[in-house]
Amino acid sequence: MELLAVFAPLIAFLVAGIWGKAIGDKGCQLVTCTAVVVAALCSITLFFDMIGNLEEGGLVYTTEVMRWVSSGDFNVSWSIKIDTLSIVMMCVVNIVSACVHIYSIGYMSHDPSKGRFMAYLSLFTFAMLMLVTSDNMLQLFFGWEGVGVASYLLIGFWNHKHSANSAAQKAFVVNRVGDFGLALGIMATFYVFGSIEFSTIFDNPALYVDKTISIIGYDFHALTVICLLLFMGAVGKSAQLGLHTWLPDAMEGPTPVSALIHAATMVTAGVFLVARFSPLFEYAPTALMVVTIFGALTAFVAATIGMTQFDIKRVIAYSTMSQLGYMFFALGVSAYGAAMFHLMTHAFFKALLFLGAGSVIHAMSDEQDMRNMGGIWKKIPVTYALMWIGSLALAGFPFFAGYYSKDIVLEAAWADQTWFGNMAYWLGIAAAFMTAFYTWRLLFMTFHGEPRASQKVMSHVHESPATMTGPMIVLAVGAIFSGYVFYGGFVGSDGHHGQDHAKAIISSLDDHGGKHGEPTHKSEKSVAKKAHGEERGASLWTREYFWQDALIVLPENDTVEAAHNVPFWVKKMPFLMAVLGVLMAYLLYIRVPDIPAKVVTSFKPIHNLFFRKWYFDEIYDTIFVKNAFRLGRIFWISGDQNTIDRIGPNGIAGLSGRIAGGLSKFQSGYVYQYAFVMMITLIAIVSWFVFKADPSFYNSTTFETLSGITGNIPVKGMEE
Amino acid sequence: MNDFDIVPLVPEIFMAMMGMGFLLVGVLQGNRATSVLIWASCVMLFITAVLTMNFDWDRPPTMNAMFILDEFAGSMKLIILLGLIASLALSNEYLQQERIARFEYPVIMIFAGIGMMLMVSATNMLSLYMALELQSLSLYVLAAFYRNSLKSAEAASKYFILGALSSGMLLFGISLIYGYSGSIDFATIKTSISGLEQIPPGFIVGMVFLLAGLAFKISAVPFHMWTPDVYQGAPSSVTAFFAIVPKVAAMGLLMRLCLDVFEPATEQWQQILYFLAVASLIVGSFAAIAQDNLKRLMAYSSIGNMGYILIGLVVASPEGAGAVLYFLLIYVFMTAGVFAIILTMRRDGLATVSIGDLAGLSQNNPILAYAMAILMFSLSGIPPLAGFFGKLFIFRAAIEQEFYILAVIGLLASVVAAYYYLRIVKVMFFDEPADKFDNIMGFERRAVLLISTAFVIGYIFAPSLVFDFAMSAVSSLFL
Repeated sequence: MELLAVFAPLIAFLVAGIWGKAIGDKGCQLVTCTAVVVAALCSITLFFDMIGNLEEGGLVYTTEVMRWVSSGDFNVSWSIKIDTLSIVMMCVVNIVSACVHIYSIGYMSHDPSKGRFMAYLSLFTFAMLMLVTSDNMLQLFFGWEGVGVASYLLIGFWNHKHSANSAAQKAFVVNRVGDFGLALGIMATFYVFGSIEFSTIFDNPALYVDKTISIIGYDFHALTVICLLLFMGAVGKSAQLGLHTWLPDAMEGPTPVSALIHAATMVTAGVFLVARFSPLFEYAPTALMVVTIFGALTAFVAATIGMTQFDIKRVIAYSTMSQLGYMFFALGVSAYGAAMFHLMTHAFFKALLFLGAGSVIHAMSDEQDMRNMGGIWKKIPVTYALMWIGSLALAGFPFFAGYYSKDIVLEAAWADQTWFGNMAYWLGIAAAFMTAFYTWRLLFMTFHGEPRASQKVMSHVHESPATMTGPMIVLAVGAIFSGYVFYGGFVGSDGHHGQDHAKAIISSLDDHGGKHGEPTHKSEKSVAKKAHGEERGASLWTREYFWQDALIVLPENDTVEAAHNVPFWVKKMPFLMAVLGVLMAYLLYIRVPDIPAKVVTSFKPIHNLFFRKWYFDEIYDTIFVKNAFRLGRIFWISGDQNTIDRIGPNGIAGLSGRIAGGLSKFQSGYVYQYAFVMMITLIAIVSWFVFKADPSFYNSTTFETLSGITGNIPVKGMEE
Repeated sequence: MNDFDIVPLVPEIFMAMMGMGFLLVGVLQGNRATSVLIWASCVMLFITAVLTMNFDWDRPPTMNAMFILDEFAGSMKLIILLGLIASLALSNEYLQQERIARFEYPVIMIFAGIGMMLMVSATNMLSLYMALELQSLSLYVLAAFYRNSLKSAEAASKYFILGALSSGMLLFGISLIYGYSGSIDFATIKTSISGLEQIPPGFIVGMVFLLAGLAFKISAVPFHMWTPDVYQGAPSSVTAFFAIVPKVAAMGLLMRLCLDVFEPATEQWQQILYFLAVASLIVGSFAAIAQDNLKRLMAYSSIGNMGYILIGLVVASPEGAGAVLYFLLIYVFMTAGVFAIILTMRRDGLATVSIGDLAGLSQNNPILAYAMAILMFSLSGIPPLAGFFGKLFIFRAAIEQEFYILAVIGLLASVVAAYYYLRIVKVMFFDEPADKFDNIMGFERRAVLLISTAFVIGYIFAPSLVFDFAMSAVSSLFL
């Protein structure tokens, strides 16, 4: 089952990639879509298997596919680790991927290289699955780089466009910075734990709390160093502040790619990474603080930029970045379950929004600028309705998916009761307001008001085919219901004995004192089981049964639990902000459309700051890119051309050619010359021995006999 | 001493009887029988291999101490038989195409084979010389097998003249050794010099001559000069045979002489072989760069490979000797594969051997091009292909015995050699396609090519199999 779920996309990629020409575009589409749908069904089956087994501890096992490296203490194998975390990720990846695959049939119908596109999509899916199912860091790294490669290929898919190529390169280079951190993190882990297999690392990280790593003479807390390095990788891949500049540019890729890779799955790999390493992060509070700060700032900054952009896809891209920020500060306050919850709901509604945007772009003859849209809602009603669902979910309106996940994230942040938790909460609230604002700004500018497109484009506007709307409807179902249905499992505690639960925590704290011993869930589970044996059936759908040991939270860090008991205003604040945001957008873009222009002129500096994306690109360009080019030119001219080339390729290679020429002159073809060379060599070797030999030899009797036989050779030696 | 046990000789006797039987069949049936005879020879050689394997490989010298079947000889014989089968299989189709399919071909090859089998079993200077000459004479004839071609005749006469010269050196060396040790029996020679404080200079001179004669056979520089000319002039199938088998036999002989018989004089012969190894590495890698003819290129390639093998011999340790055997086996496979491709290169019914003719092969015949690319990568020593491990173990043995300079020279030579191997890959994959080859590739060639590429690729999955074989083979030399 799990093998099929992971390897079906690989097989599809190989078939479509190698025999793509032979089976044609239709064949490629059929093969890849079938494979991914099968993979999606398998993951869903796994999910239900797990749900069915919650009482027995869920589904936790590892399937070893192949031994990979076995060298001394360093053992790594290709394997598939199945636990709740990986099953959830597999479901998200495969379902969204299946939707996007099918959607692409319609969206890419005018593209000449459909087969290649489908093959890349499948490759990406496979790499992503390798990432989430790995049971060691090396395979994780393999998947990590694999999704990077697939992302690079897909961003630059329209490789005739210069902007697409440079965006692909930018994504690759920026990610390299993060990947470097991840690679260092893996090495540091091996250094500290002596293994990179999850089972060994997570076995008992508490033992390593006091370990330090010495870097240039300073001792650092080992777990913090590891966690920060891993987080560096996550920052790159999940486009957090600092390494985020590639994500908006990545919108150069086809829209299905943006939906799959740059909204639903790949960018969440960082969130997954941190959640997977929750046992380590729990013992590195400093790292958690850094994660929270980064997440909160990202959520805020990205939202401000999102308010001012005009490209429909860029708005959603900044929204993605902002939502990723939410997930990270949730991770930072140890609310891993909440982060995963938001990851899942976000995957549905953001993919939906992207596919909806794609549908709009498709309808508007590849127009992406919202200033050239407007007034098309009657012409594409299905897309319009679906975009509404996505927007409601994103803004967090009650009973849509985003409502549950965003609220629990914000509540957990508030419940953390630290300065950075509070900061995250307030920045998150501000971002929630802006989220609602820019989402409705998008809706209003795109669908309402006067048509601003040319007559020709407007006459072309048409609803998308069923291959495109179908997958969107599937995602819309997810965007509506996934929040309500999975709330209990991902973050819920069984409400009716919430008090007992708190007691259980306290008792487990007492049991283990301050020695950082057992992670909560294990102890909680045993206590809870003892206490509520009779009620077991009712209380299974809670996070401690759901996550089992996949996520580890120390009792004193358990903010999700605390989040259920926060004041009323904390709970209702996000919703209030969302309503305000929508009203504001309505006011500005429908009622009094000339306000925005005035606001822009009166707040010129701030608008510029937001519109120019806080000048990140400009700053990076001046500091890194220009200097890198300058440095590169120095090395190129003086280092490479004048030094290495002169000595290396041009020098040695030229010399080799001359030697070869000289040697072949020897090969004259005349037998007597060959014989001469042989004889000369023979004489030379004999002389060598004779000259080199101990002079006392020549006086010995042996020498007498020798001279008798070989004539004059030794005589020369005598003269010597 | 008067042990006249004939049993260890049964494989050779069987071969000789069958060879003569084939000769009779050929005389009666004429050239029509060639193809059948080649097939029959392959089967016969296979039976011989089975026979050889079934004998106990741990026997004392027999036939008045003329002949021995020990671990080493047995293993070498298997490699020789393997090479013989491969080159015979490769020949069949080629001989038909070139219209030189005469029945003597397999018969002569069998006799050459007997010579080689006896060479690696020789424990006496006399049997050594007899075996060597049986082999050499057969090879001279084979080189001239393309009777109507001036080039073939020229190659054969060059080979013959220079071969005779080297035989002369060899004999002169043997006589000197006899003069100083009083015997032509290997064991006696060894005892006569072991324990001596100084090896008599006369003995050393004799050894120099003897080794020079053998260096000619393995075409070590500077006794290599015949090689490119003969490889180029001889029919391609014969070239394949030359490149694959006689090297193995001559190297086996050299190993027995150096590591066993002349063991007390190790310090002296090391100097000689050191020089030969370095010279072979340099010439083998550099001279090949200027070649356009694939057969000449393979000649230099084999010279270079002999250089690596000599490194393994020079270090005079069990590991080194094991690495030599190991390298030889891998070399046999790789060379057989390359020649299977070279023999397939025909355009409009005519054989072509220039590198330029391979241009664009990746488009005209991708399977052939990929097979060739894999073999070339392996020859240039790129992991994880078999050729890499051959070099790896040679260098490792050299490092262990602290022959650092030799290992470095070997490494550098392999860098240079990579150039001309990879050039072929470049021509096949990146140059403007030349005209297509005639698409004929018989069963035998396919089989040889398939087995050799499969070996080269699949080797990494069971490396210890080959390695254990090599290590147990050389164990009998280091008693």
